[in-house]
Amino acid sequence: MAIELKMPALSPTMEEGTLAKWMVKEGDTVSAGDVLAEIETDKATMEFESIDEGVVGKILVEEGAENVAVGTVIALLAGEDEDVSDVQASAPAKDEEPAAAEEAETQPAVAAAAEKPASKPRASDPEIPEGTNMANLTVREALRDAMAEEMRLDPRVFVMGEEVAEYQGAYKVTQGLLEEFGPKRVIDTPITEYGFAGIGTGAAMGGLRPVVEFMTFNFAMQAIDHLINSAAKTNYMSGGQMRCPVVFRGPNGAASRVGAQHSQNYAPWYASVPGLIVIAPYDSSDAKGLLKAAIRCEDPVIFLENELVYGNSFEVAQLDDHVLPIGKARIVREGADVTIVSYSIGVKFALEAAEKLAEEGIDAEVIDLRTLRPLDTETVLESLAKTNRVVVAEEGWPVCSIASEIISVCMEQGFDHLDAPVTRVCNEDVPLPYAANLEKLALIDAPRIVAAAKKVCYKD
Amino acid sequence: MARASSSSTSKSKRAPAKKPAAKKPAAKKPTNPAATDEDFELRSLHERFEKSKRFDASEEELLTFYEKMLLIRRFEEKAGQLYGLGLIGGFCHLYIGQEAVAVGLQSALEEGKDSVITGYRDHGHMLAYGIDPKIIMAELTGREAGISRGKGGSMHMFSTEHAFYGGHGIVGAQVPLGAGLAFAHQYNEDGGLCMAYFGDGAANQGQVYETFNMAALWNLPIIFVVENNQYAMGTSVKRSSAETEFYRRGTAFRIPGMDVNGMDVLEVHQAAKIAVEHVRGGNGPVLMELNTYRYRGHSMSDPAKYRTREEVQGVREKSDPIELAKAELIKLGVDEEKLKEIDKSIRSAVGEAAEFAESSPEPEPSELYTDVLVGDY
Repeated sequence: MAIELKMPALSPTMEEGTLAKWMVKEGDTVSAGDVLAEIETDKATMEFESIDEGVVGKILVEEGAENVAVGTVIALLAGEDEDVSDVQASAPAKDEEPAAAEEAETQPAVAAAAEKPASKPRASDPEIPEGTNMANLTVREALRDAMAEEMRLDPRVFVMGEEVAEYQGAYKVTQGLLEEFGPKRVIDTPITEYGFAGIGTGAAMGGLRPVVEFMTFNFAMQAIDHLINSAAKTNYMSGGQMRCPVVFRGPNGAASRVGAQHSQNYAPWYASVPGLIVIAPYDSSDAKGLLKAAIRCEDPVIFLENELVYGNSFEVAQLDDHVLPIGKARIVREGADVTIVSYSIGVKFALEAAEKLAEEGIDAEVIDLRTLRPLDTETVLESLAKTNRVVVAEEGWPVCSIASEIISVCMEQGFDHLDAPVTRVCNEDVPLPYAANLEKLALIDAPRIVAAAKKVCYKD
Repeated sequence: MARASSSSTSKSKRAPAKKPAAKKPAAKKPTNPAATDEDFELRSLHERFEKSKRFDASEEELLTFYEKMLLIRRFEEKAGQLYGLGLIGGFCHLYIGQEAVAVGLQSALEEGKDSVITGYRDHGHMLAYGIDPKIIMAELTGREAGISRGKGGSMHMFSTEHAFYGGHGIVGAQVPLGAGLAFAHQYNEDGGLCMAYFGDGAANQGQVYETFNMAALWNLPIIFVVENNQYAMGTSVKRSSAETEFYRRGTAFRIPGMDVNGMDVLEVHQAAKIAVEHVRGGNGPVLMELNTYRYRGHSMSDPAKYRTREEVQGVREKSDPIELAKAELIKLGVDEEKLKEIDKSIRSAVGEAAEFAESSPEPEPSELYTDVLVGDY
């Protein structure tokens, strides 16, 4: 059998090319690695090397030929123990259709559309049995308790980050963990976010359950490649072989008077990435229950906390195992006139706004999204169907925000229920300023939410 | 004086918080009596290697190396052909010329116990581990039967069964990920180590040095392997690197280096044995530089105009790892007919792999939505 030499594709986008020059002639003996021809692609002139040994039998496409389709037989090579003259005689007619083209025609023109599996009904929060003792815990304590409990339950769980061990945490969230679990499981890292984010991700791929603390998520930008490209995508790219049960946690969003580089809400960044779970709790109960769920989760989790609420106290049910469902929003205040959708510290302002609105006769429902990916759109849409008006309150920039996403969900899936345009209340679209007065002007607050709610109720 | 005081500072800093530093084997007399202990430690592995550079392989062992290298060569040539036919898409980085590296190194590991991780030029590392060429080739053609079910492609292939952890597309990312795998070996006390490969290009990424620091600080069981194929895409090491002797680049982190001829499978294997012994003994990381050469372009779409044809031909003729092993086998008295038979059977195995990869079906459309998340939420 003669070896057919076909016009090669020499770039990811090449469909045809110019056979610029033959470097061999009929009758030449070639060995592997010899350049047979020069081919011009859409990007460059490439050398076409022989892979086999043999004698050039017949050249079928002359040099200088343009628009030669990929897959066209351009020459025949007589292999070992073959007669060149036979090869020359068996040459196909030059106008034969290129093989690749034929093949392309047999393929269906458009791949059959895939049916996206319907999402399952989401689990509700477990009932808290009557008589359960309620304790007042700060968010900081709730987070620490969640980690400590999971570390007691599962020896694979460990905590790493800057100042998490001997210093007891830059924001004291890991207080006491070193003492209880020792330096093997509570690990101070150098200041090297890219490196330890990668090590945490690799340790999760190796079967451990790392909880990686970023001192703040502002510093995670140094490491974001591992969060997105390594942690989020590898399970998919490996056809489901590579698990990555890592939790990246730390404070996110504006703190207080620390300027633009230390004050940013990354929720929309991470929430846009398939393969990640993104959680941003507000109160102590959700912080504890969702961090425990995050640590048990088989998927990579971005767990966004907020420094300004670390010291706030909330009731937490004293249960042996307080775990909450990932992917479920919570109605934190029921109401009939307008829905305020928020998350993280925004919930605080939304609740304050709801109190103010009640004084003015407007009954607001407040939804805490809690999980930002996957987003509990059902809870939002059900509330929209009830109140017919939605305001989204987000401590973050307005453009391409979680608010933008909620608005588009309401438009696409709740349009018929809407009595007013969905409105967003976000931070000003500027880097966060340092000056106290300017900072205050830039960040969301309850009065702005009140104003927006009144506007969608046409009561302004 | 200044030197003594600085070295004592570095020692006190080095004491890991986690556990006392592992005892180093008693230092032998340094060859240079003026050299300090620290200098000696950093060079000790290389000096040991210099004394006995080539693995004394039996005929059978060398034949196995030869077969594996030849399988990689023929597989990659076929992959190049299938790319040319449009059956493989996107980026495809071939390992031709570098075969002795993966084969010589991984044959010194305990497959399944030790973990291996590399960048996107990953076909050879999987074949060196004996993973079925059919499912690798089927991944290249994007088919359901591929090792990543057609969803990864050339650059993203994994086999957790073989403790082969990829196949990573971002230059240098596999280095901290590998340290994470090594961290897991240490944490689980399973006796395993990680071999993390990266190229001379990746060696200039910052995260590599972040990882060197932590790996040495925490005494992680990891072998860093720089596959120096002389070009970071189109930029030669001389144009990209202030220190072109990559094995020295761990010095600042007190990681001993080894400089190895990556075109000689026996030398590679010998060096690997020394490195493995060192790391398994709880002595922390080793940095190996494997000097090698890729015959093909960086990827299939690279016209490789940054070097001369003569340069490539020269390496091919003088230092080809497969030809070298072949000549050695013949010297050992292996029949040339037998080698021809081996070549034939490898060609036919690769042909079958290609046939399989071309004929097996593409993934079902429903695969689009699988494996995004593990859990149901």
